[in-house]
Amino acid sequence: MNRWLSLTQLWHLFIALFREIIREPGVLFWGILFPILMALGLGVAFAKKADVIRKIAIIDTAEQISGHQGDSVITAFLENSCEINSSEKNEEWKWKYIIKDDKLGNSIFLFYDMKWDEAMILLKRGTINVLITGRDGKTEYHFDPMNADAELTYLKLSSIIGEGRILTEKSSSEIKPLTVTGTRYIDFFVPGLLALGVMMSCMWGISYGIIEKRSKKLLRRMVATPMKKSHFLIALISVRFTMNLIEAMILLLFALVAFKMKIQGDLVALVLIFIAGNIAFSGIAVLVSSHTANTEVGNGIINFVVTPMMVLSGIFFSYQNFPEWAVPVIKNMPLTMLADGIRSIFNEGAGYSQVALPILILTLTGIIFFAAGLKIFKWH
Amino acid sequence: MLPNNVIEVKNVWKSFKTVQAVKGINLSIPKGKFIALLGPNGAGKTTLVEMIEGIQKPDRGEITIMGKKWKGNEDELHRILGLSLQENHFIEKLRVTETLRLFAGFFDLGMEKVEEIIKIVGLEEKRKSYVVNLSGGQKQRLAIGIALLNNPAILLLDEPTTGLDPNARREIWEILHSLKKKEETSMILTTHYMEEAEYLCDYIVIMDNGTILKEGTLQQLLEDDTSEKVVEFTAEKPLDSLDLSSQELPFTIHSGDSPGKGFISLKNFESELPLFMSYMKSRNNSLKHMECRRKTLDDLFVTLTGRKINE
Repeated sequence: MNRWLSLTQLWHLFIALFREIIREPGVLFWGILFPILMALGLGVAFAKKADVIRKIAIIDTAEQISGHQGDSVITAFLENSCEINSSEKNEEWKWKYIIKDDKLGNSIFLFYDMKWDEAMILLKRGTINVLITGRDGKTEYHFDPMNADAELTYLKLSSIIGEGRILTEKSSSEIKPLTVTGTRYIDFFVPGLLALGVMMSCMWGISYGIIEKRSKKLLRRMVATPMKKSHFLIALISVRFTMNLIEAMILLLFALVAFKMKIQGDLVALVLIFIAGNIAFSGIAVLVSSHTANTEVGNGIINFVVTPMMVLSGIFFSYQNFPEWAVPVIKNMPLTMLADGIRSIFNEGAGYSQVALPILILTLTGIIFFAAGLKIFKWH
Repeated sequence: MLPNNVIEVKNVWKSFKTVQAVKGINLSIPKGKFIALLGPNGAGKTTLVEMIEGIQKPDRGEITIMGKKWKGNEDELHRILGLSLQENHFIEKLRVTETLRLFAGFFDLGMEKVEEIIKIVGLEEKRKSYVVNLSGGQKQRLAIGIALLNNPAILLLDEPTTGLDPNARREIWEILHSLKKKEETSMILTTHYMEEAEYLCDYIVIMDNGTILKEGTLQQLLEDDTSEKVVEFTAEKPLDSLDLSSQELPFTIHSGDSPGKGFISLKNFESELPLFMSYMKSRNNSLKHMECRRKTLDDLFVTLTGRKINE
């Protein structure tokens, strides 16, 4: 077969498979719009500290106020420093206290007057996370020490109620919020989203595409012609790469404009690691889909590969919170490598030399998986 | 057999996990002839055809196409074969012309050939339609069009008209009929429609259970006993198992679609019909209705297997 013919073959395959994708209206939404919406949603949600409402249960104040008036610090605080809700309805807050803070966001404390049992139910539902009782002038805080948010509520409250001394917002003047570009949540999230996009698009696009064509016997029909088998896979991967590139560019453009993100590192290195990521996941996708003709089995296998990485690889939140022994494992997963690499270029100003190793490993992973997949590939 | 055979199948066996699908089949396909593989579902037709297509490998035996084996000759054989599988799915959101163009690209053929094929299979008005929006018959015509792209010397069609309405079936028959007139292509077609085999094919191979029951031209198959006539009847009372297994008569009584109905196949009409009449009388039964006609492939299949082909 001459070279020119083999190139036309490849081109026809590419065009056909490309049309197959872009003619599916869902592609536009899920491939392009959805990541942007996700970036927008999470970016905005974590960008500016909004008012935080903290709900606290005050146990049996009626008794304290009438019985041991003045005994309890908490009673004094509630009666003297808080805004009191005149409404008699039980389900509404009774006292309100606001710590105003432009930098950290306002903290609004809502105190509810209730019995212990009621409070326990709300605690279990997560509506409240701190209970306060007053006994013999001492204020007792009840909360789950494993719950960081509850602990924060306790710390903030104890600092204002404490000895009955009210600390004003001035005390926060020592706090310097870190809002430098590169340290915001969106800076962490967008590179992760780019990496996740590559993985999902390759795994579902390539794997599912192959399995579906095998189950419909289209693969069988195509290889019953002089079509070169490798051409089919190359075309499928190229189409996917083109789509990934378009999707990534749009998301990137959006992030640069809407969130004023900056690529602090080397742009060429970014392109290279993006390509390496595509190679890695294309290879994995080919191996994953090399055998089964059943789309449900395929679904399962793809999920088996994708889900652990999606959860562990620190796309949404840092993997540093996982147990210490797990971190080295997580760090060597392809998705983590890709996400960390992209992140370091974006936020740490990494250049080619810093990401050369991940690029090499990702590329090799792709090639090895692809070769193994091709070896056991079932065309019929 | 005839010289110049394009396909030779020699003592081919194939089994899958639990099924012995093909049991020692021999078959020769002469150049330019249309052959029907006729048989019920599970007869082994598709397995045999897929082995000829190079999709399945025989466990034993040998298949040669134009004197060549599959091993080592894939590219060459793919260029002289045209095929349509039992299930034909193409890329759904690809138009008819684009689908043909894609496959034409595999054979280094251009748009001219695509246009020619569109005319042959009568899809002119559907050329811009997405494959997903084609009717069953149109999809099948597209599949045949793809099979014809490379002017194949050998065409292999696996149940091209199964599940189609009579009109759509007729359209496909006309396409294949005009192809036959050109006498350039040899074809193997699997079917479980007798009429299709009768109408399109020169040579009919009746298969059941992985083996060939009988083969020959329609004439040969039916005129083994030229004088054989089929009498269909409706009896007053339902036929019982004693009637159907009766040893008294020189022929077998076959049951029909409903309890009172049945038919007999008579080699010697004049002498055997009275025997049947008196037998019915002796069983205290009588005939309400009786009809005599020539033997068909359906009858032949029932005589060979005791079953109807589409059961």
